[in-house]
Amino acid sequence: MSAVARPAPVRALGRPVGALAGGWLALVILAAVCAPLLTPYAYDVQSLREAYQPASRTHWLGTDEFGRDLLTRLIYGARTSLSVSGIAIFLSVVSGMTLGAAAAWFGGWFDRVVTVAVDLTWSFPEILIALILVAIIGPGTTGTMVAISVAYLAQFTRLTRAQILTLKGETFIEAARSLGASDGHILFRHLLPNALAPVLVSAMLATGDAIILEATLGFFGLGAQPPVPSWGGMMSAGSALVFKAPWIIVFPGLTVAVTVVAINLFGDALIAELDIRNRLQGRP
Amino acid sequence: MTALLQVTDLSVAIGALRLLDGVSLSVERGQILGLVGESGSGKSLTATAAMGLLPLIGGRVTGGAVYFDGRDLARMSEAERRGLRGRRIGFVTQNPMTALDPVQRVGEQIDVVSRLHLGLSKAAARARTVDLMTQLRIPEAAAVAEAWPHQLSGGMKQRIVIAMALAGEPDLIIADEPTTALDVTVQAQIIQILGGLVRERGMGLLLITHDMGVVAQVCDRVAVLYAGRLAEDGAVGPIFAAPAHPYTAALIGCIPQDGMAPGSLRGIPGVVPSARAFPSGCRFHPRCARATPDCAAQVPPLAPRGAAGAGRAACLHMLPEAG
Repeated sequence: MSAVARPAPVRALGRPVGALAGGWLALVILAAVCAPLLTPYAYDVQSLREAYQPASRTHWLGTDEFGRDLLTRLIYGARTSLSVSGIAIFLSVVSGMTLGAAAAWFGGWFDRVVTVAVDLTWSFPEILIALILVAIIGPGTTGTMVAISVAYLAQFTRLTRAQILTLKGETFIEAARSLGASDGHILFRHLLPNALAPVLVSAMLATGDAIILEATLGFFGLGAQPPVPSWGGMMSAGSALVFKAPWIIVFPGLTVAVTVVAINLFGDALIAELDIRNRLQGRP
Repeated sequence: MTALLQVTDLSVAIGALRLLDGVSLSVERGQILGLVGESGSGKSLTATAAMGLLPLIGGRVTGGAVYFDGRDLARMSEAERRGLRGRRIGFVTQNPMTALDPVQRVGEQIDVVSRLHLGLSKAAARARTVDLMTQLRIPEAAAVAEAWPHQLSGGMKQRIVIAMALAGEPDLIIADEPTTALDVTVQAQIIQILGGLVRERGMGLLLITHDMGVVAQVCDRVAVLYAGRLAEDGAVGPIFAAPAHPYTAALIGCIPQDGMAPGSLRGIPGVVPSARAFPSGCRFHPRCARATPDCAAQVPPLAPRGAAGAGRAACLHMLPEAG
C-alpha cells in the first residue's frame, strides 16, 4: 500500500511533454527572477548609435529602435508579463473560489445574485471587460492586474460553484454530517479540497490566456508604461518596424507563443497526474 | 431504565407527502433492533429523524417524538444535536463506495471523529484508529490507514465507515443497509463483525435492512415497516417462528432455505405503494392474499400478537399462532 509521496506537479515533470514544457517555464521564470544577473545591459538606457542592430555577438537578439538590447528587455519583460498575469490569476482564483463556494453553500438570493452577476460578465469577451476596466482604473500594471483578475473571475466562480453543488449531495458529506461535523469542517475539510484540483488546473490554463491578455493590453499601450518593458509593449513598438527590423516584434511574439503553449502542455500533464484514479494505476 | 432510542408515534412529512405515520420503536443498550421493509417503506427516513437531520432533506416531524436517552431531540438546539451525532450516535451509511472522502486518506477520516468528539491528540487518535481497524479485522491496519479510499475494496471501505461510526465511542449505532452494496460473501462477515462489536461494547444498534436473513442472523428484535406504518414488531424468535402479519410472513418467505426446489423462492406480488397514493385502510391490502373488504375500510390498530409480550402486529386477520 505505497502512499503517493511526490506532489502532482513533480510527477507531471516526469512525463516527456511535461518535462519539456516545465523546463521552458522554469527557464523563463528563472530568467525573470535573476534578470539583473543575466545581462550586462540595462533595459532603459538608450543608445541611438546602436539602434536597429540585428542579432550579433554583443546583442544576441539584436537591438530595438532606441538601441536597447532586445534580450535584456525580453527578460525584464518576462518579469512584468509573468508577475502581472500570475498575480491577477491568483487574485481571481481566491476571490472566485470564495464567491463560488459561498454561493453554492448559502444558496437562496445570494446564489442568484452571484450567478446573475457572473453570467453577465461571462457573456462579454474577456478582452472587452479588461478594456473597460483599464479605461476606468487607468493604464499601468495595477490596472492591468485588476482588469485581468476580474475578466477571469466568472470562470473560477462558476467552476467552484458547480463543483461544490455536486459535492454537497455526495454520501461522504452526508456521512460527515451524520458524525457531527460542523458546517465549517464540511466546507473547508471536505468540499473545498475536493473542488480544488479542477480549479487549480483551470487556473494554470487561464494563466496562459492571461499572458496573452496582458500582451494584448500592452500592445494597445494600456499595460506597463514605458520604459518598463512588457512583451505586448515590445511587440507594439516593433509593429511599425516589421520590415525594417523584424526581430523587434518576432522575438517577443515567439516568447509569448512558446510560453503559452508550454503552460497549456504542462497543464495537460498536470491534469493527467491529478486524476486520482490514474495516480496509482499499475502500482500495488 | 429509559430506552437509548425511543421513537414514539412518529409522523414525518416532506412537503405534502406524509411518509411516516405513527411509527414507534425503541432500542435498548446492548440490543440489536432490525428495522425491515421494502424500498420506500420509510426505513431510512426513520433513521434520518432519529439523528435529527430531517431539515436537511426538507422533512418535518408532524407528530410524535424521538427521544435519545430520555431527551426529546426536538427540544435540543442544533448545536446539542450536532454534539450527539458521532459522539453518542454513530452512523453507518448505505453505500461505502461513496461514503468516504476521495481526497483524504482513510485513517485521517477516522482520526478526525475521535479528535473532534473525544478531543484526542493527533497521535492518540491515530493509535485509536489503528486499534479500531484491527478490531474490525483489517489486516495491517497501520498501513491501510495510509491508503486512499479508491485503493480499498468495498468490504474494506465499509469497515472504515464502521470504524468512523465507532470512533466517537457512541452508545447507539444506526446502520442504514450497511451491506446492501457489498458482495454476498462479504455481507455476512461485515454483519457479524458489526453485531459482535456492538454486543461486546454494550451499545445499541438500529440495523436497517430489507433482508430478513440478516435480521435472523444478528437481531434481538425486529420492527417491520410497510408504507410508512409499523406492520409488526417483537422479538426475533417468535416472529420468525410464527409471523402474525401476512407482510412479515411474505418477507420471511423471501429468504432462501436449504433444500428448496428450484424456482420455489417466493417474492411478494405487486409493489410498495407510492406515498402520493397510499391505499385506504390497511396499506398492504391490495397485495395481501388474506384481504377482505373491511381491510380496505378500516386502519388496523397495532394489537398484541400471540402470547403476552411477544410483540404487536397491525392486522385485522392475524395469522394463527402456528404460522
